[in-house]
Amino acid sequence: MPRISVKVDGVTYDDDVEPRLLLVHYLRDWLGKVGTPIGCDTTNCGACTVLMDGSSVKSCSVLAVQADGSEVTTIEGLAADGQMHPMQKSFHEEHALQCGYCTPGMILAATDLLRDNPNPSDDEIRDGLEGNLCRCTGYQNIVRAVRRAAAEMTESAAATDPKEARV
Amino acid sequence: MTEQAQATPGAAKEIGARRARKEDARLITGQTRWTDSIQVPGLLQMAVLRSPMAHARITRIDVSPALDRPGVLAAFSGRDFADEQGSLPCAWPVTEDMAQPPNPPLAVDEVRYAGDAVAVVVARDRYSAADALEAIEIDYEPLPPVLDLEEALADGAPLVHSDLGTNKCYDFHMPAGDYQAARDRAQAEGGIVMKRRYLQQRLQPSAMEPRAVVVEPIAAAGEFTLYSATQIPHILRLLLAMTTGVPEHKIRVVAPDVGGGFGSKLNLYAEESIALLVARRLGRPVKWTESRSENYQATIHGRGQIQDIEVAATREGRLLGLKVSLVADMGAYLQLITPGVPLLGAFMYPGIYKMDAYDFSCTGVFTTKTPTDAYRGAGRPEATYAIERAMDDLAQELGIDPIELRRQNWIRHEEFPFDTIAGLTYDSGNYEAATDEALRLFGYEELRREQAERRDRGDPVQLGIGISIYTEMCGIAPSRVLGSLSFGGGGWEYASVRMLPTGKVEVVTGASPHGQGHDTTFSQIVADALGVPFDDVELIHGDTKSSHKGLDTYGSRSLAVGGIAITQACGRVIEKARKVAAHLLEAADTDIEFSGGTFRVRGAPESAKTIQEVVLATHLAHDMPEGVEPSLDADATFDPENFSFPHGSHLVAAEVDTQTGFTKIRSYVAVDDCGRVINPLVVEGQVVGGIAQGLAQALYEEATYDADGNLTSGTLADYLVPAAPDVPEITMARTETPATTNPLGVKGIGEAGTIGSTPAVVNAIVDALRHLGVDDVDMPCTPERVWRAIQESSAASA
Ligand code: FES
Ligand code: FES
Repeated sequence: MPRISVKVDGVTYDDDVEPRLLLVHYLRDWLGKVGTPIGCDTTNCGACTVLMDGSSVKSCSVLAVQADGSEVTTIEGLAADGQMHPMQKSFHEEHALQCGYCTPGMILAATDLLRDNPNPSDDEIRDGLEGNLCRCTGYQNIVRAVRRAAAEMTESAAATDPKEARV
Repeated sequence: MTEQAQATPGAAKEIGARRARKEDARLITGQTRWTDSIQVPGLLQMAVLRSPMAHARITRIDVSPALDRPGVLAAFSGRDFADEQGSLPCAWPVTEDMAQPPNPPLAVDEVRYAGDAVAVVVARDRYSAADALEAIEIDYEPLPPVLDLEEALADGAPLVHSDLGTNKCYDFHMPAGDYQAARDRAQAEGGIVMKRRYLQQRLQPSAMEPRAVVVEPIAAAGEFTLYSATQIPHILRLLLAMTTGVPEHKIRVVAPDVGGGFGSKLNLYAEESIALLVARRLGRPVKWTESRSENYQATIHGRGQIQDIEVAATREGRLLGLKVSLVADMGAYLQLITPGVPLLGAFMYPGIYKMDAYDFSCTGVFTTKTPTDAYRGAGRPEATYAIERAMDDLAQELGIDPIELRRQNWIRHEEFPFDTIAGLTYDSGNYEAATDEALRLFGYEELRREQAERRDRGDPVQLGIGISIYTEMCGIAPSRVLGSLSFGGGGWEYASVRMLPTGKVEVVTGASPHGQGHDTTFSQIVADALGVPFDDVELIHGDTKSSHKGLDTYGSRSLAVGGIAITQACGRVIEKARKVAAHLLEAADTDIEFSGGTFRVRGAPESAKTIQEVVLATHLAHDMPEGVEPSLDADATFDPENFSFPHGSHLVAAEVDTQTGFTKIRSYVAVDDCGRVINPLVVEGQVVGGIAQGLAQALYEEATYDADGNLTSGTLADYLVPAAPDVPEITMARTETPATTNPLGVKGIGEAGTIGSTPAVVNAIVDALRHLGVDDVDMPCTPERVWRAIQESSAASA
């Protein structure tokens, strides 16, 4: 069995795994990272989305062996220093979740979206999240939450970026 | 505000507040507990082998080769459990002679739909269990599938259950008034008798969390804890006790975090029952988790009806009578309320309208497809679809504006309470107010002008306006009404309020949330009722050990029934506390006033005790009044006296490209009235989410089968659950007409959006194309179907 070394939410794990083991099952069944759920078997729902080396991937479409040497962030590792990520906060404030099953994937996909496009329009948000399905919310509040997080993140980036700072 | 609403103790500070939800913290951080996430020592994984055929006899089955596979501990077929597995229950024998064939959790001799469970493997991990399924040897002798509802009823049709001698499950008939007389009158007076056939396609509910179950036995004690992704932990415990023979008090059912239900987790399912039997047999904990493909085959489907509608009206457009004849697809077996779903609609076909006569009948039919059961709205979306489509069609036939036609016939606000032709008493409503507001937000006149212009210039993109003004019945239901409909259960809800020594409050509810936000809204109710901070309230639910009694969550009942039980329990706490406060303040009970969390002596407001002080004093019990027990805890069981009747006016503007058949929703206005609102944020969330699901029925979703009876929409790649770009922005507003039948004035909002939206969208599409001769498009109105409808009607008129 191949040996892999993966850093997940800041902790490095070394394991011998079956070549066919999916990353999502590795996270859930091997590491107990059950914050990442599974919603389908055809890579359509996006519930299992995590960040791999900073980019969002559907962890049901990645083999654990493919994650060897990479750094994975799940929803459990998104909050830094006990501070919720602005995307988490705005999902809460805008009521962008009901049952919450799509939420980990939706939040991680949305953070990746803002990385590429820090100030997206509503249509760009909708298109950018096309790979993540939510059965509860009708998406309206998800769009609002992403917009709100974008505004907050731009603001705080401006506040900390010396080039932007006013004299 | 009504008098009733004012009777709520304390000032309403929390009720009506846009509170962000308490339950979010764990959901946005991944600190959730979904059933599949549960680990217990020694846990084994179960996988289910399913029939690849729609209908076949099992001529041979041998599970033993699976035992040789690595990691496998056991394998069982239906024959191994034939004596103990019993039959999955149906709680709703809608007629005395309804056919109720056995529904074994594991098929023994015959399979009746593709996906019917035939065997299970139990292994150390999920991969080994899944692998070993292919080692099971099974021979099938194919039998003919039964797929078409009308053909299934024809003489000589192949039978789903040969023992029954028919595919008919039941005939239900509910006449009210003299429909024939209404029809005769319409004809005699030069009015109209309009016939239509509408089709309700099958839908796959698609809660994002597939089902899962974990059973943890304590074999020596004969005790079982069953975790399940279910909406109904309490009912499930009862059903498991009734079917497995394990005594009720030896079963604990827990619904942990549940990722959506929409009716699809409102059943005792085969896998729950089998997992318990396997755990009992092996004395080991067992987990089963559904894949999405299994979910689409083996979790109930919704809708699936042919609706024949006849409307009799005067030339001026006054409704005289309505006749509804349904053929409803039961699927292969009767699940918990399969046969009753059309009946939940039976009372709703007259909708918001007055008429002299109504005749409802429904024939339930078995097919070799996945069983149907309650899916968001259950019967009421179907009814609303038919009546609101019919009103638009009738307006067209009579040349009357569809809003005007509705105005002419709806129950006016001063006519409430109103006894409908279907036998319900609508307590309150104001269709005028909601509709006027919707028209204003929508810009109705202007859109009609644009529509006319586009028609005149033959614009390839035509504009259609769709209307749906619905009401629905929520809070299913007064127990006596359920009894009169032969439903095997009651409609009450339970709550208990526990006052902790530090003044914090634990509230047990028998409702079982799976996304609705009960922890938040119920905390708001309790905070106002007891005058305690919102954050001091903790909800307990979904575990039969800690919330021992309840009837769970479906039918938009949690607030309208469960919320009232909580209100009543809080009232009892206050009455107990009043006695203690009076004693502490050395005053008579009758002189103590309570408001905002403080007991005061009337006329001497400085003489006061907070509820927290009274709770602590009661806990210490050093100085209790004579004969008063040292506890303020109280419970209540509330049985509603009536349904509640939310209503709403939904208006849709759709642009239909006549060259491609593509529909774009340009604007969607929804003005809903769910009575008094506890939390507008939560209400709006329910409305938009509900609209998205109803719109998905109109535009995208359909469970499809091939000629052999295989589900061809069996994965999320084939079944089109809408993504963010597929759903429009919804403009929402509310009117607030409190319910008069409960002390909070609340009505329920869980299903309203789904009920209102489907006909609004389809009406808009048809309205865009009427001048081209199109008067119907079957759902889902895909570009291809819309395009074909245009081609066919232009061919017909050529
Ligand atoms: S579980 Fe990975 S996309 Fe659905
Ligand atoms: S919140 Fe339930 S699926 Fe998105």
